Amino acid sequence: MQQLIVINVKDNVATATQELIKGQELKVETGGKQVVLTMKEDIQFGHKVAIKNLAKGEDVVKYGEVMGTATKDVLEGEHIHVHNVVSRRGRGDLAT
Amino acid sequence: MEEAYKLITGFLRENGKVGIRNHVVVISAVVCANRVVEMISEQVPGVIPLVHQHGCSQIGRDKEQTARTLAGVGKNPNVAAALIVGLGCETVRPEDMAKEIATTGKPVEYLIIQESGGTLNTVAKGAEIVRKMVADASEIQRTEIQLSDIILGTECGGSDTTSGLAANPATGYASDMLVEKGATVILSETTELMGTEHVLAKRAVNQEVADSLFSIVARVEQESNRMGVDIRGGNPTPGNIQGGLSTIEEKSLGCIYKAGTKPIQEVMEYAETPRQKGLVVMDTPGQDIESISGMIAGGAQLIVFTTGRGTPTGSPITPVVKVCANPSTVKTMADNIDIDVSEMIEGSKSLEEAGREIYQEYLQVINGKQTRSEIFGHREFAITRIAITM
Repeated sequence: MQQLIVINVKDNVATATQELIKGQELKVETGGKQVVLTMKEDIQFGHKVAIKNLAKGEDVVKYGEVMGTATKDVLEGEHIHVHNVVSRRGRGDLAT
Repeated sequence: MEEAYKLITGFLRENGKVGIRNHVVVISAVVCANRVVEMISEQVPGVIPLVHQHGCSQIGRDKEQTARTLAGVGKNPNVAAALIVGLGCETVRPEDMAKEIATTGKPVEYLIIQESGGTLNTVAKGAEIVRKMVADASEIQRTEIQLSDIILGTECGGSDTTSGLAANPATGYASDMLVEKGATVILSETTELMGTEHVLAKRAVNQEVADSLFSIVARVEQESNRMGVDIRGGNPTPGNIQGGLSTIEEKSLGCIYKAGTKPIQEVMEYAETPRQKGLVVMDTPGQDIESISGMIAGGAQLIVFTTGRGTPTGSPITPVVKVCANPSTVKTMADNIDIDVSEMIEGSKSLEEAGREIYQEYLQVINGKQTRSEIFGHREFAITRIAITM
């Protein structure tokens, strides 16, 4: 049974299709090559994990498209969600 | 499998359009007429009441949109006949609505409570009118129809990451199959196109359509600027976020899969009728009920609704096919899900297999199979407002 899905070769995140546990090692395909990813924390079903190290301000890419911006450095194997990625769109809070 | 349902049937209407259901509806022209509408439908079982909160003290495009939506539901070919009930002093005129519905050639009448002697007398008159409408509608037989007669509205709600990974792509596969048969498929929910305009615009048939895609999304984004807030929390919703969706862009990128991969022929306003066959876009909000109501007012006889977290909702006059890929939700909300494609998430079902399954379900539902929301009588209805009440 698949446990992580990477949708597009450009993606730097994968989606968990099972509950994943801290320390768990999983093989993922990224940019055409297979790497072994170690979960740095528990990942809930349906949530995302970084499959590459991301620097603060870097694009978060899923479906081969930009889905937001990292708000802090994120290490591969870490949970990617509202605590470390923001939207660029619909940001009336930033409008002047 | 496809061969078994080669014959599809529906109800041929006076104007040549076809319905896949044969409903008689009583439409409230204004909130003040809601109770009378309900009482009329209580007298004649099977008649569908359509009530809402609007119809008065509205102006400009907002008034027109409410009137267009209500008349549009009456004009939908799933409706055999319609009775409009108004109070008499409202902004949205019952007689105009009846005239608009009558352009389809179907039976339509209207009653004004202030001219009909109050609640009880209007109910008595209305019950007599719909009794005859139901009797006449019951004599309309199903005949063979073509898939090119079908307008499918696509919707996603209670989304989570399984929506974009599986339920939406599988539904998109079925959408492409329908378009290849000459049908019309509506992609809606403008908020959930935010962040995908550049992807969709490449599929626009011309520059005008591409420009419209950018402009309808910009209109929604301006609202978040006007309110001075981040739309996160409003969309994606708290439930979407709990389900793993982090940003509107992520939600949108998963959302657009459900309409398939065909060229985009046109962009319509809320509750407008498609002028083109193939894939079209309607400007509706991300809220499920308002979005579906806009599409049925535009003539959609069938709705597909993908969900991750599960939702029971339906539509007053249109079967809603629920598709879900979340392995937990298909168990916890089993009675609300028509098609379980969770094996895609587990890796044991292909996109094509799931897509064909959804397509087959459409053919059965067109032929009369009741969807879960129809069986339970889910008839949620809501109209999108674009101005404040005066």
